[in-house]
Amino acid sequence: MALDRKIAYIDLTTGKIEIKPIPLEARKKFIGGRGLDAYLLYNHAPKGCDPLGPENPLIVSGGLLTATCASATSRTHVMAKSPLTNLLGSCNMGGFFSAEMAWAGFHHLVITGKAEKPVYLWIHNGEIEIRDAGYLWGKSCTDAQWAIREELDDQEIKSMVIGPAGENLVTYACVMTGIKNSGGRSGMGCVMGAKNLKAVACRGDMDVKIAHPVDALEHNKKFIEQITSAKVNQTQGTLGTPFIWGATNCWGGVRTRNFQYNQMLYADEIEPEAIDDIATETMGPHHMAGCFGCQVHCRAKYKIQTGPLAGKYDEGPEYTSLGAFGSEPDCKKAETVLSANHLVDQYGVDNLEIGSIISWAMELFELGILTTKETAGLELRFGNDAALIEMIHQICNRSSWLGGVLADGGIPASQTIGKNSFDYLIQVKGMNNLHSDERATPALALNIATASRGSDHLRSRPAIDLYHLPEKVLRKIYSSPIPYDGPLSSEHTEYVGKPWQVFWQENCYMAVDSLGICKYHTLFLGATLPNFEDWPEVIYYNTGLEFTPEDIWAAAERCNNLERMFNLREGLKRDDPFKGDTLNHRYFDEPCRRGAPDVVGRTIDREKFSVMIDEFYGHHGWDKAGVPTAETLTRLGLKQEPSHLV
Amino acid sequence: MDKFLTVNAEKCTGCRLCEQVCSVMHEGVSNPAKSRIQVVKWEDEGRYIPMICQQCEDAPCMNVCPVGAISRDKDLGFLSVNHEVCIGCRSCVNICPFGAMNYNKSTHQVFKCDLCGGDPQCVRFCDVKALEFVGSDAVVARKKRDRALQQSEAAAAQS
Ligand code: SF4
Ligand code: SF4
Ligand code: SF4
Repeated sequence: MALDRKIAYIDLTTGKIEIKPIPLEARKKFIGGRGLDAYLLYNHAPKGCDPLGPENPLIVSGGLLTATCASATSRTHVMAKSPLTNLLGSCNMGGFFSAEMAWAGFHHLVITGKAEKPVYLWIHNGEIEIRDAGYLWGKSCTDAQWAIREELDDQEIKSMVIGPAGENLVTYACVMTGIKNSGGRSGMGCVMGAKNLKAVACRGDMDVKIAHPVDALEHNKKFIEQITSAKVNQTQGTLGTPFIWGATNCWGGVRTRNFQYNQMLYADEIEPEAIDDIATETMGPHHMAGCFGCQVHCRAKYKIQTGPLAGKYDEGPEYTSLGAFGSEPDCKKAETVLSANHLVDQYGVDNLEIGSIISWAMELFELGILTTKETAGLELRFGNDAALIEMIHQICNRSSWLGGVLADGGIPASQTIGKNSFDYLIQVKGMNNLHSDERATPALALNIATASRGSDHLRSRPAIDLYHLPEKVLRKIYSSPIPYDGPLSSEHTEYVGKPWQVFWQENCYMAVDSLGICKYHTLFLGATLPNFEDWPEVIYYNTGLEFTPEDIWAAAERCNNLERMFNLREGLKRDDPFKGDTLNHRYFDEPCRRGAPDVVGRTIDREKFSVMIDEFYGHHGWDKAGVPTAETLTRLGLKQEPSHLV
Repeated sequence: MDKFLTVNAEKCTGCRLCEQVCSVMHEGVSNPAKSRIQVVKWEDEGRYIPMICQQCEDAPCMNVCPVGAISRDKDLGFLSVNHEVCIGCRSCVNICPFGAMNYNKSTHQVFKCDLCGGDPQCVRFCDVKALEFVGSDAVVARKKRDRALQQSEAAAAQS
């Protein structure tokens, strides 16, 4: 039964391991995955703890539905205090890892302490062992995974690992599983590195009993049809996530040359169709890879064809890699994007953060804030493909002065570099933005400014905002499960009504992350995709647990508030440029220069933006400073936190 | 038996949904170790190959069984194990050239694909059609056309 998967507390300093059941009450209130992680973090991280210290708990989890008979339920979530933002750290990845962890008996791991020497965890059919990882240290993400399989003589072992970037404490090092699945954002790989934890390896063949197998199977069939019938997912399944890149670039919604332009010119070689051609040619006509149980299969398989990495196999490059290694640094060669994508997968570093930070350094170089003295002779200019690749090496290995500075993350780097370098850092809460430009879309701007893990497009993005759906359709979606009769606008450049959409999506994505399913299987890019009304059956048939759509909504709201409370405890303040719900001044002061008529000339209006934030806080039941009111905490049953239920 | 399970590994995305639905269908649990189909992967080459029982005409598993526990279903043509007769020697596991005879550690019984009574669930759920349940003549006809096309294209390219 999915509900009998356990939680393990592992102290790497003492080697003590404690295994406990997850009480049903915790399931009802926090569901699982990211939601229960937020509860565990709030309860187990001491206030103000050092993200790289032994007391910072690293929490690894699968969702409530992980490894059941529901579609695409193998997202792995990792949470800890972030070394990049010093606030909530949280990342989420696909693949097969958390399903294997569930077959091995576990849904949540809370890892504290610090091992004396490199170790890895071996989790097998209910047992956990701390093993020596000396021989793995220094290995790339994939080599480390294969080496564990060799050592334990089982090709089916799934591991979550860090690469050299995590070992070298790059503050935005990611965790990886398989070739491509990365828990990218907020430096969870750095936390693992600080704990001397190279990997968590899982293998199990314990039954996950399905509560109502016949119904679960039939319902999953229906569910898959709902998911794959959406045109957006069909496109996703042939081109992968880059398909959105082409459209947003044409329209003028990508960020290029750090933040100087909002459209990349002469991008032919890295347009999704061009990348798709390369992928197709190497891997045959059917070249997509899928995560566990997923029929969307959004990742293209490719071999690099030219250059020093020719012949290397990888997956992607996804939407983010096209932006991070194409549009932001203004590099126009497919080889560069594919190679950089491969390198970050091997080093284990967040592609989005590293691409963004290098592009920032490029602007500083062009402005003369950085010179060849700091770059050790490297012409760190936009469009210098070789310099981009070189900087990836230098950062991940911390092998030069500038590499080391940039490895510390944007805000510390801006403090080291000085001058007015901070003005050019496109970040929220110390985390760099995606390569997108939100000046024409206030809703998306609100999303990145308020997301709990720092600048983020996957926390509360009302992405369907760009479809100009009739208001009737919007009203149907956004008035359920909680009635809403306030304003809603299908115009993407509008400010009114948007805070509700962002609030609604925030709850929707929290529920998805807690169930352990993928965002392409919910209302993310397609209006007909499943949401609150569709989940109670899936949960019931698989686990036997009864939820109403309103229950799921309430749990999601509760978990979002816990994340907020954690951030407030760690110093979040509404208008703080380092830790607040704010945007870089260029969003307000510099109009978009390129793109479609509805984009050119746009800025975010300061006044209106501030009103949006007020309204957004209001929907949450937070005061003007963004702090949950006493009534809100009582309504959500959070008055007694930390309550140490688990 | 006319219809059989075919695999087109080129199309497979490695999602393992087939394993999941197989184990849920037959055992009521999600556990790939109890699936009759298993996807073998070479992840660093992006190669995924679903392995299934071929219901061989001259079936080694049936031939090797010392107690005659394996027999063919007359209507659907699949081979099944009669657990009343089976002594659990696992000779069948050993001899199957495809690794398609499996062993269940909790029940201590061998198990294999039974084509889900004529509606294989792996096929029903595999959206990309890497798996199909079709007549051999249909497969042969399709292969002929594909091959003929290739040959004529090659000839056209030469001329
Ligand atoms: S369901 Fe189809 S695509 Fe998925 S692993 Fe099985 S055969 Fe491959
Ligand atoms: S179990 Fe193996 S030997 Fe027996 S029929 Fe199936 S594929 Fe052939
Ligand atoms: S395990 Fe059973 S079915 Fe297989 S060969 Fe032995 S007796 Fe026959």
